[in-house]
Amino acid sequence: MGNTSAHGENYLNHEKGLWSWLTTVDHKRIGLMYMITVMTFFFIGGIMALLLRLELFAPNTVQGVGQVLKNGDIYNQVLTYHGAIMVFMVIVPGIPAILGNFFLPIHLGAKDVAFPKINLLSWYCFMAGAALAIATFFTHKIDTGWTFYTPYSIRTGTATVLMVLGAFIMGMSSVLTGLNFIVTVHKLRAPGMTMHRMPLFVWALYSTAILQMLATPVLAITLLLLAAEKIFGVGIFDPALGGDPVLFQHFFWFYSHPAVYIMILPAMGIVSELISTFSRKVIFGYTAIAYSSLGIAAVSFFVWGHHMFVSGQSATAGIIFSFITMLVGVPTAIKMFNWVATLYKGSISFESPMLYALGFLFLFAIGGVTGIMLAVLPIDVHFHDTYFVVAHFHYVMVGGTLMALMGGFYYWFPKMFGKMFNESLARLSFVFIFIGFNVTFFPQFVLGAMGMPRRYFDYIPAYENLNKISTVGSWLILTGFLIGLYTIVQGIRKGEKAPMNPWGAKTLEWQTSSPPPHFNFDVEPVVTAGPYEYR
Amino acid sequence: MSTDNTHGGTHTAHVSHHFKDATQEYDSGKQGIWLFMVTEILMFGAILVGYGIFHVLYPAMFAEGAKELDWKLGFINTLVLIFSSFTMAISIQLIQRNKTKQAAIALATTILCGAIFMVIKYFEWTHKFHLGFYPGRYLDLAKTGAEHANLGMYFGFYFCMTGLHGLHVLIGMGLIAWLLIRTIRGDFHSQYWIPVEGVGIFWHIVDLIWIFLFPLLYLVG
Repeated sequence: MGNTSAHGENYLNHEKGLWSWLTTVDHKRIGLMYMITVMTFFFIGGIMALLLRLELFAPNTVQGVGQVLKNGDIYNQVLTYHGAIMVFMVIVPGIPAILGNFFLPIHLGAKDVAFPKINLLSWYCFMAGAALAIATFFTHKIDTGWTFYTPYSIRTGTATVLMVLGAFIMGMSSVLTGLNFIVTVHKLRAPGMTMHRMPLFVWALYSTAILQMLATPVLAITLLLLAAEKIFGVGIFDPALGGDPVLFQHFFWFYSHPAVYIMILPAMGIVSELISTFSRKVIFGYTAIAYSSLGIAAVSFFVWGHHMFVSGQSATAGIIFSFITMLVGVPTAIKMFNWVATLYKGSISFESPMLYALGFLFLFAIGGVTGIMLAVLPIDVHFHDTYFVVAHFHYVMVGGTLMALMGGFYYWFPKMFGKMFNESLARLSFVFIFIGFNVTFFPQFVLGAMGMPRRYFDYIPAYENLNKISTVGSWLILTGFLIGLYTIVQGIRKGEKAPMNPWGAKTLEWQTSSPPPHFNFDVEPVVTAGPYEYR
Repeated sequence: MSTDNTHGGTHTAHVSHHFKDATQEYDSGKQGIWLFMVTEILMFGAILVGYGIFHVLYPAMFAEGAKELDWKLGFINTLVLIFSSFTMAISIQLIQRNKTKQAAIALATTILCGAIFMVIKYFEWTHKFHLGFYPGRYLDLAKTGAEHANLGMYFGFYFCMTGLHGLHVLIGMGLIAWLLIRTIRGDFHSQYWIPVEGVGIFWHIVDLIWIFLFPLLYLVG
């Protein structure tokens, strides 16, 4: 097969005009549409993060910089939007909707996902939900935090109803994407593509899809009930009417804890691809990595109570949830050790995607180990709602998911756009992000251990120096992402033509032209070997 | 790699471009709709869990609430829905045997049953409002003479559960109306009936959920 499709035609130039994009059912184009929207939301959420950090640069007694967000109300609102945007509009949809949509069918040798129209519908659901959620920012701002805990969320006079309806509709989008992926994996694999020949990224997306399907409906009804509570005062979550606000927490975390694995599993899938490709080695323990994804998905449903150690649930429940939470570490460690074993004696090359994968290993290890610490009941009681928790979940979500997303994005960039990006700039961007990230969030572990509570817009002078360091770190991250954005735009506009397989990888997407033709392959591939047959 | 071009024009009109054949399309569609039903059941499952918890906490209050509901109307509605499931299933059978006209009648009957269900529901709801049985904090304690101060929560569950279910009935009626138009237009026949079966499964699940709601709300206690 040549470098380009037989007719020089690909999915980008197959049809022209904005309307052809807005009505497309091509999974690759939908992936790109998600990319543009998610990047926009990431930018908005990022600006808000910078504002929060700027406010915390100095205590409020300091004139000027210490009072950027004027008062606690505005700080709470910015905090809520930062959290809600980053969770519901960036990290949860990020990898599955962008890279999953683009590559899952190609990885399987299929022409499209099982339900292309539903795929497009899920993008519109995502946009409608996001629009509704963001619209609240211009009417009555919401200040509950992204968790919408009752009874505050039903008492506060802000736009809870619109916001949770927005989240509900985005959840719909998530369910539809997951459903599409599961059926695609089950029914649309090319001849010879057995389940055990699927790339590990597909296994990760498959496990994620199961989570999306099983967890999201529970959040959906919880949010609907919250809206009903707010409008009609149905009384289920309202203690004044005999209801139970802790029930809301149970329902909420029954979704939202599995949701953190919706965020991290696809990242682990990408890292498996990157580590194998850039070590030029068969991945160590393919089956173990594949099934540990399913293992994490399964265990994740039984650990929600660790968010509620101090909520008044029984001590027995706390002990059980503590134990099961630590159990998640087992399949996660299986993956970690397999990645390290793959690196061992591999011929490693440090291209920018690999730098992100190694960055992931480093940061996710810290995020994971602190997660085990927080799983321990007495330690959690001490660290509860401190900056230790903030640092922990940023290490997992940003250091984990975002690192992998960036790595995956650079890895597949040549395939998606048919162009190469500037490798030096990409590495420079990584260095800034990696260092900036650690400068920002590592001090927060210390702050948390010292007792600084999360969600506060002010602090005592003892916390000042570490907060200053943390804020400076956020500027480094900004610089890194701006360089990254420039690299991407520059690559798309002026990059050199990408070869079919720039990294020498073995999975199916590299067997078709860059960018792929409208139907992914000129002839249907027949798979005769596993995805990582390097030696 | 094989050499056969999969983008050729060998497909029959109703097999979408990305499927190899009608069987693959049928299997995918069926799996898709069943997976979607799993999410529906989980969504109702959570509210049933909430119902169960508070039922254990306040058994007498739930008994008082259930006493206010007219089980006869609920029972009629149950029969209506079960009959509508029957006509829905019949319509698929008829389409598979190319009996388009009879299938259209069966689908229309299903929509009619849905409408009867909603009309009865409408009278039940308005009657409750008339007596002052509003959800939660809006319940009129004086007018209803409620023994339990939190009786509003029972009606919170009642209106949320039957409301959400009613919304599904309306969506189902809309989908069946769409099927009816397409059936009259002749889109479905013995070679192609995936949407009819999909909507049928949706309609059966909506029925099934009612079969859980009816005893829980009207009969228990």
